[in-house]
Amino acid sequence: MTTQTLEAAPIGLFDPRILRRAGLDAFAKLNPAALIRNPVIFVTEIVALLVSVLAIHDLIDGHSPTFAISIALWLWLTVLFATFAEAVAEGRGRARAETLRRTRSDLVARLLDDPADRTRFTEVPAATLRRDALVLVRAGDLIPSDGEVVEGQASVDESAITGESAPVIREAGGDRSAVTGGTQVISDWLVVRITAEPGHTFIEQMIALVEGASRRKTPNEIALDILLAGLTIIFLIAVVTLVGLARYSGHVPSVVVLAALLVTLIPTTIGGLLSAIGIAGMDRLVRFNVIATSGRAVEAAGDIDMLLLDKTGTITFGNRMAAGFHPIAGVDPRSLAQAAALASLGDETPEGRSVVTLARDAHGVAFDLDPDAVIVPFSANTRVSGIDLHDRVWRKGAVDSILELVPGQATDAFRAEVERIARLGATPLAVMEDNRLLGIIELKDTVKPGIRERFAALRRMGIRTVMITGDNRTTAAAIAAEAGVDDFLAQATPQDKLAYIRREQEAGRLVAMCGDGTNDAPALAQADVGVAMQTGTQAAREAGNMVDLDSDPTKLIEVVEIGKQLLITRGSLTTFSIANDVSKYFAILPAIFAATYPGLAALNIMRLHTPQSAILSAVIFNALIIVALVPLALRGVRFRATGASALLRRNLLIYGLGGLIAPFIGIKLIDLVLVAIGAA
Amino acid sequence: MTLIGWVQIALVLAAVLAAAFPLGAWIATVLGGRRLALAPVERALYRAGGIDPERGMGWKSYAIALLVLSAVHFALLYAILRLQYWLPFNPQGFAGMSPKLAFNTAISFVTNTNWQAYSGEAALSNGAQMFGLTVHNFLSAAAGIAAAGAVARAFARAGTGDLGNFWVDLTRITLYVLLPLALVVTIVLIALGVPQTLAGSVDAITLEGAKQTIALGPVAFQEAIKLLGTNGGGFFNANSAHPFENPSAISNILENWSLLAIGFAMPIAFGRIVGRPRDGLALMITMAILLAAFTLALYAAEAAGNPLLHALGLPGGNMEGKEVRFGIPLSSLFTASTTATSTGAVIAAHDSLTPLGGMVTLVLMQLGEVIPGGVGSGLYGMLVFVLLTVFIAGLMVGRTPEYLGKKVEAREIKLAMLAVLILPLAILGGTAISLCTASGLGSLANAGPHGLSEMLYAWTSSAANNGSAFAGLSADTPLLDYGLGIAMLLGRFAYLVPVLAIAGSLAAKPKLAASAGTFPTHGVLFATLLAINILILGGLQFLPALSLGPLAEQFAMLAGQTY
Repeated sequence: MTTQTLEAAPIGLFDPRILRRAGLDAFAKLNPAALIRNPVIFVTEIVALLVSVLAIHDLIDGHSPTFAISIALWLWLTVLFATFAEAVAEGRGRARAETLRRTRSDLVARLLDDPADRTRFTEVPAATLRRDALVLVRAGDLIPSDGEVVEGQASVDESAITGESAPVIREAGGDRSAVTGGTQVISDWLVVRITAEPGHTFIEQMIALVEGASRRKTPNEIALDILLAGLTIIFLIAVVTLVGLARYSGHVPSVVVLAALLVTLIPTTIGGLLSAIGIAGMDRLVRFNVIATSGRAVEAAGDIDMLLLDKTGTITFGNRMAAGFHPIAGVDPRSLAQAAALASLGDETPEGRSVVTLARDAHGVAFDLDPDAVIVPFSANTRVSGIDLHDRVWRKGAVDSILELVPGQATDAFRAEVERIARLGATPLAVMEDNRLLGIIELKDTVKPGIRERFAALRRMGIRTVMITGDNRTTAAAIAAEAGVDDFLAQATPQDKLAYIRREQEAGRLVAMCGDGTNDAPALAQADVGVAMQTGTQAAREAGNMVDLDSDPTKLIEVVEIGKQLLITRGSLTTFSIANDVSKYFAILPAIFAATYPGLAALNIMRLHTPQSAILSAVIFNALIIVALVPLALRGVRFRATGASALLRRNLLIYGLGGLIAPFIGIKLIDLVLVAIGAA
Repeated sequence: MTLIGWVQIALVLAAVLAAAFPLGAWIATVLGGRRLALAPVERALYRAGGIDPERGMGWKSYAIALLVLSAVHFALLYAILRLQYWLPFNPQGFAGMSPKLAFNTAISFVTNTNWQAYSGEAALSNGAQMFGLTVHNFLSAAAGIAAAGAVARAFARAGTGDLGNFWVDLTRITLYVLLPLALVVTIVLIALGVPQTLAGSVDAITLEGAKQTIALGPVAFQEAIKLLGTNGGGFFNANSAHPFENPSAISNILENWSLLAIGFAMPIAFGRIVGRPRDGLALMITMAILLAAFTLALYAAEAAGNPLLHALGLPGGNMEGKEVRFGIPLSSLFTASTTATSTGAVIAAHDSLTPLGGMVTLVLMQLGEVIPGGVGSGLYGMLVFVLLTVFIAGLMVGRTPEYLGKKVEAREIKLAMLAVLILPLAILGGTAISLCTASGLGSLANAGPHGLSEMLYAWTSSAANNGSAFAGLSADTPLLDYGLGIAMLLGRFAYLVPVLAIAGSLAAKPKLAASAGTFPTHGVLFATLLAINILILGGLQFLPALSLGPLAEQFAMLAGQTY
């Protein structure tokens, strides 16, 4: 692709400009009114505030406040690291939005006064255009807003949003009628009916989405938030009641120590990174040039069990290519290949070129075009094409037309072969040399390379693929087998598609579908995840809950992976966060209670230096782990296309077991450092 | 620990697991609503109660029916306990209970806890035992199983609010499961020497010529249902350690089997009802492995004995508070079983366990009584843990978490967390308040960490609806009678109502088909994960309290100090 997509200008994980801005934003986000959306970090902030007050109190009273100040400092850092993570994620989205915004300057629209008369219009600012307004767009103009072509045909440069530099044709009626605000008409003119209210155009939605402005918590995020809030309450109960138990036992730990215990136990790691994960997930999606109407749709994409794909253009290239040579009895395959290649030398269509390519690749036959050769182009009249050179004649073309040129040479075997090829959905072309029939070229729609592997990967993830085609059953079956799809729907009408989706949904499956035409709209709306092509109709774009700007249907596979990755990252970090608690108990409990019951020092299995260094180490580890995991939260846990069991085993090992072990090592190391620098 | 000890434990557990399959299948059949032999009796009962057995109930109606039943029976039982002096079958002429004790006892039996702040043979008439307590041993157990059945149906059904009819479930469970099992166990117990009589007591003249009054009564039947229904309220104060409740090692094995049997059958029944036997099996195996591990920990702690006694030249395990006819292995198994099932019957004094042994009993209850837990309540408690496990770990396979084809979303998590909050709130809150008040401190018989364990145990046992006591605690005080009563109510109903609400929400959801991308909820990986999650989510919050109680005591004991 000679494209300059948004993807081509990746924003580094540690872009200094973003980090600088995020550093400032992190402080702005400390506002408790905003932070209350995140219960875990909100509690942490309250506790940090409390400990700070106590530290100041200590200072005024003349007690040594070093310990309280250190704890307060690290509690504030815990909160800051969490807000910083969110700010970095937002910053990356904002940078992407800047790129988009450049395409949206102050456009002027030519509002038609009379729909029937293209010559009379008023110039108005694009931002004032309402739905159903009719505007005229001429060559060189930027299309003022999203709309549907009602009259005219033009080539449009959509590189502003798709990154694809080759212009596309937009015309009234049919499946290529939707246009996007901010794209440029290169030739001819269009009359466009506006379909978006101001502020709701495509580009505006996209900007809002990546900036996180319109971000609402996704269903799964809400559920996870509730879980984390619940855990926070449970540990709050445990720590508050500990005061009563400790009082009975003879020694009440200071509020600072209890605060440290609480913050290390509540799931600050995932609490601090949760919103960053969500924002980064949307960002990844936009980087793939897919716009989702909501985060909910992205999560749903991770859940799908079945993927419906159009055959043409998705699974196959959509044009016929030479796939084999079938000589008649007595003809050497190589001679047939030679003749076929010669007959196609002057044929510049993809089909013709594919014959030459096949002859070269399969039989090592290669020619240069002789300057004396006379090219006979294909005409609808003769339905043959070929080449004349030095009294010799090579022709290829429709079987009937060639047979008229060489009457009586068709054997029964030849006719049977022609029929067999046609039945399989391929197209037979006959080849003749001089006055002799040589055989058949088999042209067929070619399955894209690598598609089989992608379907296999989907299958491992538990997703079945279904091919939709207008072909007859035999043809469909042949291509389905070649592409490795799990099922196919032949001679599919829009009603068939809808019925198929409904049936699968009733059986408890979640279905994703991509489509572009108006007749796909009902199916797109019915599917759990509908991905509309940017090149498609407005109806399709509105029915789907995602729009693919590159109009590449296999993109759904990436969308699924992004959806899954989002959930995996959340789950992994939650597991990690909860597993961390075990080690923190071993660090803090002996430190708190060894004064009351010296025997409990035996629980200090990390052999931390002093009670104070033990508590401080746990708090520091708890804060640092958030920063350490920011890159993972932004990038997402790597997704592998394997079954659920393998995926679970792997992630459990890394984040579950790792979450159990890592803090033991980390806290011990921090304790050693604290001792080394004399802080303990 | 001895080989013979291991074998004893293994044999009882094997007998429990072997029985779980047919019993589970039978419970599934009973809950499935198929017409069974006693259909005419059922019909007569439904007609008498004005119940339309065909009418399904939504989760709210189901919960209300259960709550109404409990409230009415609380009032009835309260009245019986207060008025027993005037009621029939009171040969010893016992006076009525005090209001606070009657409140506590009535709640205790209605919530399937059977916490006993009184001494059975010295405070209750035969009539109160039979018509008050034994009836509730049946009803509270049947109500628990019914609720579990409703939750199971929620997973089996789709797009409906119908969880079944509570009255029908209650009737069928009592009629087809509890009564027949209790009758069989009663007869065997009678054969083994357990009394079943309406006589109050007999007098005997001892060798020294002193007169001894030996309490009797309809013991065998109450013993059978107290164990089968994981109730645990003993006819006698000494509970199952009393030779009339549990005369021999053989009767003890039967009783140990009885208190585990239905608990382990429930996950099998669940698997059958939802049409996924392997998933039910995974739950049962998780329960079994955890119970076996805790039993062995308890056995190890008790067999290791007290190093202070060893130093005095008294080797061997800790036999303090244990019956010689049972020995350490069977006592350990019974003690673990009774605290793991919310039964609360005892054959050994839990107060006399080694500190670590005592900690095992505390942890088993604090985990929420799910391995296997009370009849019915153990299963739905386990399912709450399953939902949380599936939610956290399920995300790691990259799909909206689901269990048995039901998506686990915000509503379920909210309700599950609400349920899970109850135990720490009641246990830790109650213990902390008690230990900070003069009244609470006055109930303690011991000082230091052991005293803390006693108080922690009382609140744990009540909130977890277990009902066993750590002894050493004078529980018949206003603070504890009312406080523990409220803990029992919370532990039962504040848990049950959110769980039924989860069931209502799940039943309405479509049932999704499984694929290779679905989080697998059977097999070793899931069982391990579930076990770890139960320990972490159910146990971690109690670690600070435990470290000030049994852990501190253990380390002090190793250092030569006892409390």
